[in-house]
Amino acid sequence: MNEKTQKRHIGLKASQNISNIIVYVILTVMAVIWLIPFICIVLQSFRVENTWPVGYVAPKTWGFDNYIALWNSDFKRWYANTFIIALIVAVIQTIIVLCMSYTLSRFRFKSRAGLMRLMLILGMFPGMLSMIILYRVLKDLGLTQANAVPGLILVYVASSGMGYYVSKGFFDTLPKSLDEAARIDGATRAQVLTKIILPLAKPIVIYTILTAFMGPWGDFVFARYISFGTSSGMNVAVGMWNWLTPDMINQRYTMFCAGGVIVAIPVALLFMFLQKYYVEGVTGGAVKG
Amino acid sequence: MKKYSDLEFLKLSRGQKFLYKTGSFFASIPRACLNLILKIGNGIKDFFTAVGGEFADIFLTFKNGDWKTKLSYIFMGFGNIARGQVLRGLLFLLFEAVFIFYMIFAGAHWIGMLPSLGKIGPHEEYNEVLDSYTTVYGDNSFKILLYGVLTIFFIIAFIYTWRVNVKQNKIAEDIIRSGKKLKSGKDDLRSLVDDQFHKTLLALPLTGILIFTVMPIIFMILVAFTNYDGTHDGYNNALFSWAGLENFKTMLSWKGGNNVYSATFGEVLAWTLIWAFFATFTNYFLGMFIAMLINKKGIKLKKMWRTILVLTIAIPQFISLLYVSKMFAKNGIVNGFLMNMGWIDKAIDFWGSTTNNALLPRVMVIVINIWIGIPYLMLIATGILMNIPADLYESSKIDGANAWQQYTKITLPYMLFVTGPYLLTSFTGNINNFNVIYLLTGGAPINAEASSAAGSVGYTDLLITWLFKITTGAGAQYYMASVIGIMVFVVIAVISLIVYNALPSIKNEEDFQ
Repeated sequence: MNEKTQKRHIGLKASQNISNIIVYVILTVMAVIWLIPFICIVLQSFRVENTWPVGYVAPKTWGFDNYIALWNSDFKRWYANTFIIALIVAVIQTIIVLCMSYTLSRFRFKSRAGLMRLMLILGMFPGMLSMIILYRVLKDLGLTQANAVPGLILVYVASSGMGYYVSKGFFDTLPKSLDEAARIDGATRAQVLTKIILPLAKPIVIYTILTAFMGPWGDFVFARYISFGTSSGMNVAVGMWNWLTPDMINQRYTMFCAGGVIVAIPVALLFMFLQKYYVEGVTGGAVKG
Repeated sequence: MKKYSDLEFLKLSRGQKFLYKTGSFFASIPRACLNLILKIGNGIKDFFTAVGGEFADIFLTFKNGDWKTKLSYIFMGFGNIARGQVLRGLLFLLFEAVFIFYMIFAGAHWIGMLPSLGKIGPHEEYNEVLDSYTTVYGDNSFKILLYGVLTIFFIIAFIYTWRVNVKQNKIAEDIIRSGKKLKSGKDDLRSLVDDQFHKTLLALPLTGILIFTVMPIIFMILVAFTNYDGTHDGYNNALFSWAGLENFKTMLSWKGGNNVYSATFGEVLAWTLIWAFFATFTNYFLGMFIAMLINKKGIKLKKMWRTILVLTIAIPQFISLLYVSKMFAKNGIVNGFLMNMGWIDKAIDFWGSTTNNALLPRVMVIVINIWIGIPYLMLIATGILMNIPADLYESSKIDGANAWQQYTKITLPYMLFVTGPYLLTSFTGNINNFNVIYLLTGGAPINAEASSAAGSVGYTDLLITWLFKITTGAGAQYYMASVIGIMVFVVIAVISLIVYNALPSIKNEEDFQ
């Protein structure tokens, strides 16, 4: 190696180092921006001296007062409501989505193309539009306000068949020869699904369960419409949204922070734990559209 | 316009190529429109031929059929039962009985009321027991419309089933004539888990979609042609009735002085499109950028960086968005920090609550949406970037390409190609992005120039949050909400149609394979 190439080599390495440092700086700044709100919400949830929003972050007096206040409020009820809804929706929605996506991926029946086109068109209507009529129908059935939980489950679950795209994309990647081999051996279609496909579909099943479970935690519009001002039928999103309205915020702001922490921790942990499957689902879904 | 051959086209300069491409794009529009019209015409023709064919088939089946078939025209399933397919036959018969029973006792009533949507509204009536006038409730327009639609569904289902019943007779006759055996009820049940398994699997999901998606959409489309609102609720206050195209006229007409609805609609629509554009593309490019930074060779702790970003997906949006919106409030943390540092003297009004400034809140929602949206794109882009063949980069490097050239010539085209459909869905998703807007600003600041009839529309309101506002409170205008909903559908359908046909991954499916 002569002197000249050696010099160039060193120069290249130095420029690589500089660009890496720049990248680290950008990533660090970004990480700080991403984390600040979450750090602030945790810190403010421990603030004791006052309950309204203030312009500083670190509490002057620390304590669990807000968490105790949460325990004594309707928050417990909202939390239980949301948890029950999320659990039941996760189970039923997963079954429905799997039925739908497996069928559309594997079977070639006469109305298949028309059905998929119809669902594409239906998806272009804002879902909120159906809220007005669903609310009145559910009200006639007695499934609103105090009984909002079963009503909400019904609404979430019923139209969940529309969200079949991601898992259909997954089933499309499983080789069809698997099905055919089993059919030749005399398995019925139902046996092919339960014995061959489902064991292979574990990633997408977990993805579907995860997204179905997380959906109800964040739903605000339908929940607000259907619980309609009755505290015992609210979910956490609706209940805590009320805490930040102008006439409540001065008493409830720090409680909102504490509630946010209590809601976010289990959901975020679950998500982080199953992140691998989520990433697989999201990337697969985006590539196949 | 002059058409170049491929070779001539390659010889053109970059500017000429661009001009040529845009020119030929516009030149192709009339042709495309013509094709569309022809297609629709053909579709209509095909439809009528198909209907004609069905009638001919029904007639011929009757003429050529035996007495069992002929009797099935009145008693559904008779042919099935007579030929030994008892299970099928009984189901047909049961359906017919239920249908006739329903039509006599309820269906006819609802259908009859449908044209008027109710005749007797709530009114005062003398009550002898109480010796005073009390309110008596009459018809219920809401129920009439709802059950009217359901009854029409039912009638269509009946006609379809009747047709299937006729067809089955023909098939059965053919099978018997050819000397084969008919399927028994046991075979039918077995086929539901085997070759007809798709029907079993789809039964539950499709019922749900039919009742909770299709039916409400049809109902709400019909509402757009009525005067259903908070004061005409169809039962308690007053009946509602058909209004024809009146609501669409209100929405789109320019007449009527200050109270022009169409101006408000235009403004909200424009902002919705601007928002969707920026929300989609800022996220797309910044997310791709971050993914490339994290993917860069020599960067350590890749997993940690990703996990930090993914926090905004993991934590429910109502917590993060509501909290962030309060962080930027006038007495919030951000203003407090800036004032403590002595960088500003007076709190900045990020949400424009007192200044009524439209620009700052609009920029804010787009910026905060980046915070929420980048992680998704980062995850998607990471997976795709890893799939780009590394030899593409190596060979381009040997040819002397710099990083920027590599990006514009390899990375970006590949990404756009693969994520084209995703971009489209995310654009339409942003048009309907209720959460970000409603939780951050609630649509504020109020747009004082907007039509007073339009509810309290704000500068950051999208069509979808406007729709929501219009359906709550005492002044709820459900009919206008329906009109807005239909408009949203039209906008999304048009954009999807245009973009979908222009997408490279649809047009040149083989390019990158």
